[in-house]
Amino acid sequence: MKIRATQAIMECLLEQEVDTVFGYPGGTILNVYDELYRYQDKIRHVLTAHEQGAAHAADGYARATGKVGVCFATSGPGATNLTTGIATAHLDSSPVVFITCNVGESLLGKDAFQEVDSTGIAMPITKAAFLVRDAQQIPDVMRQAFAVAATGRPGPVLIDFLKNVTALDQMIDYTFIPWRENRKCGSLQPLGDSHLPKKPEPDQEDVEKLLEMIAQAERPLLICGGGVVRGRAHREFREFAEKLDAPVAITLMGGGGFPGGHPLTTGMIGMHGSRASNVACDECDLLIAVGCRFSDRVALDPATFASQSKIVQIDIDRAEIDKNVPTDHHIIGSARRVLTLLNQGMPQYHHEAWKERILPLRQPSAAEESDHLTPQQVLEVIRRRAPKDAIVATDVGQHQMWAIKYLHFDYPGQLLTSGGFGTMGFGLGAAIGAQMGNPDKRVLHITGDGCFRMNCHELCTVEHYHLPIISIVFNNGTLGMVRQWQSLIYNHHYSETTLDRGPDFVKLAEAYGLRGFRVRTREEMERTLDEALASGTGAVIDCMLDIDEMVRPMVAAGSPITDFLLD
Amino acid sequence: MKKQLDTRRRLYTLCILVRDIPGVLSQVARLFSRKGYNIESIVSGETDRPGITRITIGILADQGMIEQIAAQCSKLLPVTAVKILDEDTSIRREIALVKVGAADRNARDEVIQLANIFRAKVIDVSRESLTLGIFGSNSKITALIGMLTDYGILEIAKTGTIAIERGRSTIYDDNKLKEEYDYGKHVL
Repeated sequence: MKIRATQAIMECLLEQEVDTVFGYPGGTILNVYDELYRYQDKIRHVLTAHEQGAAHAADGYARATGKVGVCFATSGPGATNLTTGIATAHLDSSPVVFITCNVGESLLGKDAFQEVDSTGIAMPITKAAFLVRDAQQIPDVMRQAFAVAATGRPGPVLIDFLKNVTALDQMIDYTFIPWRENRKCGSLQPLGDSHLPKKPEPDQEDVEKLLEMIAQAERPLLICGGGVVRGRAHREFREFAEKLDAPVAITLMGGGGFPGGHPLTTGMIGMHGSRASNVACDECDLLIAVGCRFSDRVALDPATFASQSKIVQIDIDRAEIDKNVPTDHHIIGSARRVLTLLNQGMPQYHHEAWKERILPLRQPSAAEESDHLTPQQVLEVIRRRAPKDAIVATDVGQHQMWAIKYLHFDYPGQLLTSGGFGTMGFGLGAAIGAQMGNPDKRVLHITGDGCFRMNCHELCTVEHYHLPIISIVFNNGTLGMVRQWQSLIYNHHYSETTLDRGPDFVKLAEAYGLRGFRVRTREEMERTLDEALASGTGAVIDCMLDIDEMVRPMVAAGSPITDFLLD
Repeated sequence: MKKQLDTRRRLYTLCILVRDIPGVLSQVARLFSRKGYNIESIVSGETDRPGITRITIGILADQGMIEQIAAQCSKLLPVTAVKILDEDTSIRREIALVKVGAADRNARDEVIQLANIFRAKVIDVSRESLTLGIFGSNSKITALIGMLTDYGILEIAKTGTIAIERGRSTIYDDNKLKEEYDYGKHVL
């Protein structure tokens, strides 16, 4: 069947069961948007204020739903505005297909208006970047892009169409093939079968070796990494942890992979890890990390990290093995499949003495009374009053660490945070994407005053689409995390971190047609959150905090994991 | 057991098989520039398999560095095989074309004699110059070029090192490491 090239782009989105895309139109992508106009009853487009917001929204949508996110942008500045969003998705292995258009073939490479080498820029921050110069390739490239984004270790993919490829008189041959079928055809065939003739399976001998190591271990520690979340392996992980009867430390990206309130949870590990997690890491004799790459925020000092322990890594990406920390054993496979195999072969263990050593190190977390509002109080109010299954999107910095410390996340996709790239301004976009993908859930955006200022223009998107997102701003009038380092390491030289300036976030919210609140006490926070939750519309709550609040505990970068700089 | 790495800097040769798609060479090359490593030599050419290109990269590195780059390379989607070769287990060769100024007969004769000693070939001759072609190890070519300097080298065109394993084993051979990387690339 012959159809328009742009129509093929839409049909290929439908093949992948895409019903929501995020984006921002422009000159070169006009043809695609013209086609989108015809498909508007099948594909909903969410227009953001800025391409970066669209990129984070598509990313947040992907993280929250487990589906592939889709984001459109035009050439030149449209494409470069995406780059922070693409890199954010890349570092946190989030499956997003970015679709941009470029100038026509005759102008390519001539520094034409709004021309940039988009695929060249995207190469280091994507799993694959395609430049499409021939309309007939469209179905094949679209299918490849989605398959590559979603499988293996997920990640972003960029497709850059030349404008002439999308010309409305450009007709191509096309047959609708649902995604389960189309993975076996065209260019996907080599990826589908030449690498391996059979569907891949973890190595059984490797699994058995780990089972033996477990049998000999007296002080095992589990790390729940982002792979558990991306692989939606939370049920298998929980069964494994309970059978192993071992403490479970959770990385930033692992939040939601294991219930935050589970009796075996020791909380976060690493720079702002709990004493229980970090001491367990130092004293264990077998450390099993699932879907965790031992980043420099977890394994602060690779030389002393878990130095008494055998280290076992379970990961889908072979390139992560031995990358940051040398290991004793590894199993390659999806978290879900490997854990299923392990669970089948494993008896119930009991490690009472070890648990008794580690679990009491967890600190009680009730917020202290205080004459002014504290971060912990804000989060306690949220924990008690917001729905238990509320999705939380954070930005980056102190508020992020506090949120992860004091809130509990119970399922993959409940916590959306930029862990790898640490993108300030990620949260609001991500919250919009998450809300679009989960209309029935409550989405909270936890942010700081610095981060909020970076992308608060997306409040117009919140208002326009009537999203009941509540932005809770931890307003301490400073770039808190940087200030904390300046206080502890840089002799209180508060170089350019004090944010003693506007805007007034309450008035800003109102200017965007949303409700704005300012709170100074716990009681005000309780009352305001109740009101905001009940109103069902978007709101901003500006929480006034002390400028010198710190994230505790803290281990300095590069130090042994139990050398606490702050308790 | 945790792996012990050799920390000495040595010349390693990385052989990479890639599916021949646009941009693949820069995808591979950027892995080196990203880490600030300098590529000593790079060669790209066809193989016995259609659509598959072999990239051979020479790099001065320690074992940790080379294994890290090989790992990053192996996970690239168009890459189908990666092999780290070292001097002991591989054959390495280069090709050079050297244009020498040789205006008088004596000089020409001497250059031709040198060429014979090194088993180089005279490929082109003109009144003022001779162009020699040589195929051999890096050290042999360097030695010839050193000798020719006396006659005035006008221009050199040289390939980087190509390398192949000694004995029966090939880069195509299946092994567990390859399977592990393939696991992550599977789309089914």
